[in-house]
Amino acid sequence: MSRKGFLPLGDRLSRGAPALTASGLDPLRRLWVAGAALAGRLGLSGRTLVIALPYLWLLLFFLIPFAIVLKISFSEPLIARPPYAPLVEWVEGAYLEIRLNLGNYLFLAQDSLYAAAYLNSLKIAAVSTVLCLLIGYPIAYGIARAPVTWRMPLLMLIILPFWTSFLIRVYAWIGILKQNGLLNNLLIGLGVIDQPIQFLHTDFAVYVGITYSYLPFMILPLYATLERLDPALLEAAADLGCRPFKAFLTVTLPLSLPGILAGSLLVFIPAVGEFVIPALLGGPDTLMIGRVLWNEFFNNRDWPVASAVAIALLIFLVAPIMAFQHIQSRQQKADAR
Amino acid sequence: MSGRRWPLFSLMAFGYAFLYVPIGLLIIYSFNESRLVTVWSGWSVKWYGELFRNDQILEAAGLSLRIAAVTASLAVVIGTVAGLVLARFGRFRGRTLFTGMITAPLVMPEVITGLSLLLLFVALEQAIGWPGGRSATTITIAHVTFATAYVAVVIQSRLVGLDESIEEAAMDLGARPLKIFFVITLPIISPALVAGWLLAFTLSLDDLVIASFVSGPGSTTLPMVVFSSVRLGVTPEINALATVIVALVTTGIVTAGILLHRQDRRRQHDMQAAAAAGGRAADLARV
Repeated sequence: MSRKGFLPLGDRLSRGAPALTASGLDPLRRLWVAGAALAGRLGLSGRTLVIALPYLWLLLFFLIPFAIVLKISFSEPLIARPPYAPLVEWVEGAYLEIRLNLGNYLFLAQDSLYAAAYLNSLKIAAVSTVLCLLIGYPIAYGIARAPVTWRMPLLMLIILPFWTSFLIRVYAWIGILKQNGLLNNLLIGLGVIDQPIQFLHTDFAVYVGITYSYLPFMILPLYATLERLDPALLEAAADLGCRPFKAFLTVTLPLSLPGILAGSLLVFIPAVGEFVIPALLGGPDTLMIGRVLWNEFFNNRDWPVASAVAIALLIFLVAPIMAFQHIQSRQQKADAR
Repeated sequence: MSGRRWPLFSLMAFGYAFLYVPIGLLIIYSFNESRLVTVWSGWSVKWYGELFRNDQILEAAGLSLRIAAVTASLAVVIGTVAGLVLARFGRFRGRTLFTGMITAPLVMPEVITGLSLLLLFVALEQAIGWPGGRSATTITIAHVTFATAYVAVVIQSRLVGLDESIEEAAMDLGARPLKIFFVITLPIISPALVAGWLLAFTLSLDDLVIASFVSGPGSTTLPMVVFSSVRLGVTPEINALATVIVALVTTGIVTAGILLHRQDRRRQHDMQAAAAAGGRAADLARV
């Protein structure tokens, strides 16, 4: 369906309109024709109307909310419903008072808790991404080298856990990692340790939880690049006397870099803002920015500071990533040309 | 399989074990008689009985399923239109912003999405009195918004990979754009529609963070109930619930997979038949 297909709606319908009005069809139809004619007069084509549906929805429920978050991050907390002071107010019926409260941002900058939480989120996300890569690469490589009939079932087995509840997959690890849990029981039973080790409520548990939950996001893009890799390249390397491992390092690994990058982004980005995993598996000192925002909002009921945390996270995490993706896709298009 | 394949093989086995052992243990221990989840004291299905007598969980599950069904249906409609716009409409004013609004929800931390939507609903209520408190409606709107982005990406990638010549042929034969969309494009992308619906359904059913922000009293979803009871410790009832969910999801996915596979094979068969017929026609023409 190319662009020329979307004639102005009014145009198309008004051509049929005389026939309809002459035969005196039902009023609903006439209303539709009149509306279409009006839309045509206003320069609204069918094409515009089709674009408008998702556009307006996302504008109203995705973009405008951020403007409101930005606004509230500049307001003062108040014990009221809703718990913040208005930014703009009429004073004595004559003065328009605008109060921009920078206090929330100053508070974020001065209290080291927030910077520490942000840096710790980056650290935890980075370690988990590396773990995902170490576990995911051999699987993706193995599936891509498996016989064709085996690939689909093997991939399905990777995707299947993703469809089961995320919360329940995290919950499964509580039973394994806790003090008298299955892992400690196993290790004691094998005689590896005498005393149970504290696994649950540590950073280690958070690494395991994130790696476990996000592994499919690493494997799928890796598989997509590895599968497209031409086996003739490896054969050529072998013919020229290259050892398999060296061939892997000098041929396969560099060629799979786009997959590594895509998978790492898909794991790293959601991991930074993760709330559920640190809340269930992490200790009280496992600070992550998503958890800090949640606590500001639900426990302290400080909506303005929570908004300021959200804006800061948006500026320091989401904006750089979107810019990076934008540049990358532009580069790919330029390469394609 | 040659000898040097074994390292790769064992690494793969480790990976699959890592994925499935926790779920397997969860299922096994749901049949444990003891309340202590980690001490085995014999087989029993009593926790399933407890689960199906737990009104709080059943009510929350019903609400979650209703929200997920409405979310998935709305998200498929809006997401399909969005995917069509991205794949077929070329350039238009505001396209960059539109693309941004489709990709941003995919990378946005859930806490931010949840907070921003809540603040929107509060502001809307102050301004126009709608939506009148937080409820299942606000949860559904929030879920539709982020699920739409996922559906749009699924539909867009399907449309980009689709041969446009069939649509163009229909246009040359005088079909109107709307008719082409409903008669040709939609049936061809129907597997992607099913996939998008299932994806939106699962995303909605699974969401804890966004729902916690925009839900009000009386609209507690299943993940919220699970989260609050898991925070208090491991309970065998949740193990039973997990087993039920895993069983349902596995059945659903495997059925959908088999159906889509069969449909695909039938289409391939049809296409081969058509090609053969075409070949025969060409042969006849040559004679």
